[in-house]
Amino acid sequence: MIDGRGFADDRIGLKHGAGGRAMRALIEQVCLPGLGGGATPGGIGLAAMDDGAAIPVGDRWLIVTTDSHVVHPIVFPGGDIGRLAVCGTVNDLAVMGATDVTALTCAIIVEEGFPRAGLERVYASIRAACEEAGAPIVTGDTKVMGRGEIDGLVLNTAGIGFCDRPVPDSSLAPGDVLIVTGTVGDHGMAIMAARHALSLDGDLRSDVAPINGVVRAALGAAGGGVVAMKDPTRGGLSSALHEMAQKSKVGILIEEAAVPVRPEVRGASDLLGIDPFVMACEGKAVMGVRPDAAAAVLAAIRAHPLGRDAARIGRCLDTHAGAVILDTGFGRRILAEPDGEPLPRIC
Amino acid sequence: MASPDPRAGFAELKFRDPVRARAMVEAMGRATAGIGRSRVSLMHVCGSHEQAIAKYGLRSAFPSALSVIMGPGCPVCVTDAREVDEGVALARQGVHIATYGDMLRVPGTVMSLADAQADGASIHVIYSAGQAVELAARLKEPVVFFATGFETTAVATAAIVLEGLPDNLSILSAHKYIPPAMDIVAATPGLAVEGFLAAGHAATITGWGVFEPFVSRHHLPVVVAGFEPLDILAGLVKLLELVRDGAPAVVNMYPRCVTRAGNLRAQEALWKVFQPSCGRWRGIADVPDGNLALRDRFAGLDARTRFAIDVASLPKSAVSVTAGACICGSIMAGIKSPTDCALFGSACTPEHPVGACMVSSEGTCRIWHQYGGHPDLGGIA
Repeated sequence: MIDGRGFADDRIGLKHGAGGRAMRALIEQVCLPGLGGGATPGGIGLAAMDDGAAIPVGDRWLIVTTDSHVVHPIVFPGGDIGRLAVCGTVNDLAVMGATDVTALTCAIIVEEGFPRAGLERVYASIRAACEEAGAPIVTGDTKVMGRGEIDGLVLNTAGIGFCDRPVPDSSLAPGDVLIVTGTVGDHGMAIMAARHALSLDGDLRSDVAPINGVVRAALGAAGGGVVAMKDPTRGGLSSALHEMAQKSKVGILIEEAAVPVRPEVRGASDLLGIDPFVMACEGKAVMGVRPDAAAAVLAAIRAHPLGRDAARIGRCLDTHAGAVILDTGFGRRILAEPDGEPLPRIC
Repeated sequence: MASPDPRAGFAELKFRDPVRARAMVEAMGRATAGIGRSRVSLMHVCGSHEQAIAKYGLRSAFPSALSVIMGPGCPVCVTDAREVDEGVALARQGVHIATYGDMLRVPGTVMSLADAQADGASIHVIYSAGQAVELAARLKEPVVFFATGFETTAVATAAIVLEGLPDNLSILSAHKYIPPAMDIVAATPGLAVEGFLAAGHAATITGWGVFEPFVSRHHLPVVVAGFEPLDILAGLVKLLELVRDGAPAVVNMYPRCVTRAGNLRAQEALWKVFQPSCGRWRGIADVPDGNLALRDRFAGLDARTRFAIDVASLPKSAVSVTAGACICGSIMAGIKSPTDCALFGSACTPEHPVGACMVSSEGTCRIWHQYGGHPDLGGIA
């Protein structure tokens, strides 16, 4: 859907990389036409703009995804660019339904003069995250660019995995229950606090983690009842819900008080005037679940160490197609789609 | 120590308790029914009140007969095009301009400060009056502080003036004073506002007593309210009860911050530096005593006396068809809503604002846009 507003500009702005309406317009207007419209016959391809592609192979599905990482600062409370690069791709595979990672690739571009010790630290956390996720890196690429030509490090990972049934982000139906696997906004707020040296009370830490284990638990408990998934990275919970509502052509009603937000994140967001629902997560999934499977899925997620704060946050409506409505506990309003990330280079 | 349950945090805040909120909404329903008319209109005059009403979705819970309108409560929005022109002209004459970020994109007659900046003028965004002083000390070239806002920020401007400005810093005051504008709105023909919700933060300075003459002049009740959802609901309940009882009075529903006398030290500074003068409020009218001008003894600091501001030199341009369709004036006067505007959300967005109300984070259009416009949220089972 091109709304005509997102990409009127003749130069690329930061908003075009922010995961919201402007980025979707850029992809639709510039990238897809050059790639034959992104069609993938019989599968889920570029045109679906899902978290990854799904290609039928025999009686199974191959899931493929790729992600580049440019976070600033490179090391932040709770993680670093290495952990982020592994988790970003593992999580995209997981929310497409491939919770067992067959292989990852890892390409790195380093700025001339980057300290060796820093690079060793990044690779140590790449290794640790791979072990956590059970994901082997099987090939890679290394480049160095001149001083000032890039800022520090750029990492790209790609991944493949197989599954019996891909889970798109477009299959919600009225009555489906929405579940989030834990607190939202942790990563975005941690980066903001680290970058601006905000001396806020409390422990603002990124939630960056591989979620293939917790997603596996959910899928295992559901018997096909998990019908849609997304990992709410850039644009946060709000962007993820909007994409799911628009692609599925349903309304979504969210109970604000049911959405888990750590008190530190809520405090910082009140102070800064930034909605935690638009702040990125890097270790969470949003799931649409058939109502009869919701209790079992929620219990299975909560039994996993990364899913203890999971909650049922809302449901799908047969009215208001494409809209996300927030029940604040005081009244209801539309949850507006973020127009851009409140701060760039978060992942 | 066990970590607090993230799912419990929301309701723990005393002034955001949905259970009490529901009780207040019911009280609003009773009071509105007691008034017995099919439409009751109340006005608030503060962008922060509108922010909270929109953010918490309060309007969807109001009785259907109740209409809560935002009046001229956005200081950036009511800054007149002519005042923006003065800032733009000064900037184009080569003077550094220091101002609050919200002002940058507010349209003047022909261009905004942001347009002037794109043409090479030197515009500096500051976050406090004190930063204007720091900027002037650093630049050592002529700096003009384009000072905007209601009595809250005007006090901060007064404070730097009284502390003594660097020789190269002068003030272009576009400060506004809310109480006289309430008089204008209350007397607007065809605007059937039956009571006013006054802004708690401004009242911490002026004191709630400042509204007593207004009440006796217009026989309309005024309730001072804070900015948490329960503050606003409690304020509206009280206001509706005063309307129902035909008892115009000032009631302070924000006693944890506001007193009758207000902040005397701040008032002393404010009136030592500024005097009320008649000025144009964008979209509203000429408001007698609605502007705050520097007193004569500070004329040496006044950009309007220090510089020959050549507004006539600005390039002429016809008003565009789009801008001609903008109804910001009627929105600020409380006569129309953003959804009455053909441009709202289509030709006029925060990225490409046409009118002042879409520029400022305190503007009605910007707030409504941020919280999803004002669609019909009925029919959800």
